[in-house]
Amino acid sequence: MALIELDDVRRTFTVRAKAGRLRREKREVRAVDGLTFTVEAGECVGYIGPNGAGKSTTIKMLTGILVPTAGRLRVAGVDPARERVALARRIGVVFGQRTTLWWDLPLRDSYELARRLYRIPDHRYRANLDRCVELLDLGALLDTPVRQLSLGQRMRGDLAAALLHDPRVLYLDEPTIGLDVVSKAKVRDFLREVNRDLGTTVLLTTHDLTDIEQLCDRVMVIDHGRVVHDGGLEALHAAGDSERTLVVDLAGSHPPIEVPGARVVRVEGPRQWLAFPSQESAAPVVAAVAARYPLVDLSVREPAIEDVIARMYAEVAIG
Amino acid sequence: MADQAVVTRAPLPAVTRESPAARVAWAVRSWWLAAAMWTRAIMSYRASFVMMLCANVVVTFLDFVVVILMFRHTDTLGGWTLPELGFLYGTSALALGLANLFVGSVDALGERIRTGTLDIMLVRPAPALAQLCAERFSLRRLGRPAQAAAVLLWSLTALDVHWTWDRVLLLPVLVVCGTLIFAAVFIGFASLQFWWGEAKEIQNSFTYGGATVLQYPPTVFAKELVAGTVFGIPLAFVNWLPALRILDRPDPLGLPTAFQYASPLAAALALAVAGLAWRAGLRAYRGAGG
Repeated sequence: MALIELDDVRRTFTVRAKAGRLRREKREVRAVDGLTFTVEAGECVGYIGPNGAGKSTTIKMLTGILVPTAGRLRVAGVDPARERVALARRIGVVFGQRTTLWWDLPLRDSYELARRLYRIPDHRYRANLDRCVELLDLGALLDTPVRQLSLGQRMRGDLAAALLHDPRVLYLDEPTIGLDVVSKAKVRDFLREVNRDLGTTVLLTTHDLTDIEQLCDRVMVIDHGRVVHDGGLEALHAAGDSERTLVVDLAGSHPPIEVPGARVVRVEGPRQWLAFPSQESAAPVVAAVAARYPLVDLSVREPAIEDVIARMYAEVAIG
Repeated sequence: MADQAVVTRAPLPAVTRESPAARVAWAVRSWWLAAAMWTRAIMSYRASFVMMLCANVVVTFLDFVVVILMFRHTDTLGGWTLPELGFLYGTSALALGLANLFVGSVDALGERIRTGTLDIMLVRPAPALAQLCAERFSLRRLGRPAQAAAVLLWSLTALDVHWTWDRVLLLPVLVVCGTLIFAAVFIGFASLQFWWGEAKEIQNSFTYGGATVLQYPPTVFAKELVAGTVFGIPLAFVNWLPALRILDRPDPLGLPTAFQYASPLAAALALAVAGLAWRAGLRAYRGAGG
């Protein structure tokens, strides 16, 4: 069952810019320019792109905040533009930069309010709260005012708040922003459980590509309001023409070595960096180096997804 | 895994078109839930709450002292006595105070838009207007209506009203309709902030400014201004027109007596216009066109 369906969705904004002393010019900006995609129930999708690409406009349309200028949009069986309140009961939203918790009140109070506002049946509320408290380690924090929580604790609190009403879709906008390594890991572990065990569909925007690598089986890259890539991470690597790096330590300093199928990109004393296409196996390259040179040690580095995406943006800009 | 997902979930809530009455009831309940949360949040700073409440009572008390001082130099103002002025002051300030208590926070709409709080309200299953009106709700705003009620009660004991049944009935109607009219003015003008962030000042001049005008007899103002409060922004229906009936005074505009009973109608109209303005504003914000 498709939980999110977009059919040629567009969204334009009218910007009034000063032109001359009193005159103002109206200009149309196309923030989202013909998006068509579907997300099936239980998918975990990374939705990434540079600033101003149309990510947050898309999220605002999917959550019912903004109405599309044109096109068809359905989320969990409702039209977000027409049924905002009905939609709100079916989705969970977490904004990494803004908390929806009550700053001056204990964490528990925010959950109690959600119970009433979302009309959550008692048994569901108790089951969901218990599960979140256990998985997110919130037990000791429930009676602490939110203003006294650390950023990581608050984010965990926000995640629980977004899931108490059994949402079908969970939107996460930068859920790990500003968190330390341990908190990031906790958040990711929890999201993986929510997605796998409950089958909750997750749509995630992030600038931290580790989030995507660890959580998402599908990545959509958006730029200038259009989807420029939609597929698995491997496909993204292939599309971005990426290269893996073989780092070799030789017995002594050498001029750049010559190996078929790879080229030296950097030399530092006995250590040399060789780049080769990421679709190719590393084995023949390693064998070739070992056969010709005194090899002491080696390691293979996967391409950083940042680079892949940066290259992809550059191509889009040129194309 | 799909089977498991079905077991561990509540069924999808049905999309039902709720009746208008049910929607209003839900809006009131949402307001109530949020207001209760804000009350408890503000009570977590008890000392600050007590100090602000005291400051509020002192400031509003001084407000009426100014009127009393004025009457040390004159016996009447525009032909009206001090107790009559007390009646106007009490009804106007009570209506404004109650409206401010319930919906006054709507005036921060522009700021809620800038900080993104409005977006958070829009992803909750409650009317955004109800959430906005309850935002930062504080019981310390009770200070003003309490002082106004005290002045009103004093004026009623000092006045020599010929109480007929219609006058007795008119008094509570006046307080309720006056509150609704001010609430409509708050919401209607706050809605302008969807288009124009600076509109808060216009709203202030009609709410707080309007309430100050209503504290004085209509006879001291130009007829054009009084006419504007009857046929334009319907502030005259808050207290001026019903007060003419209760205090048995002639209408400076010479309007039919029916106007003195028409506050419920004026309140209904004002609320309808304010509701339309809010809806149009929210539509523009969400970009729903039209």
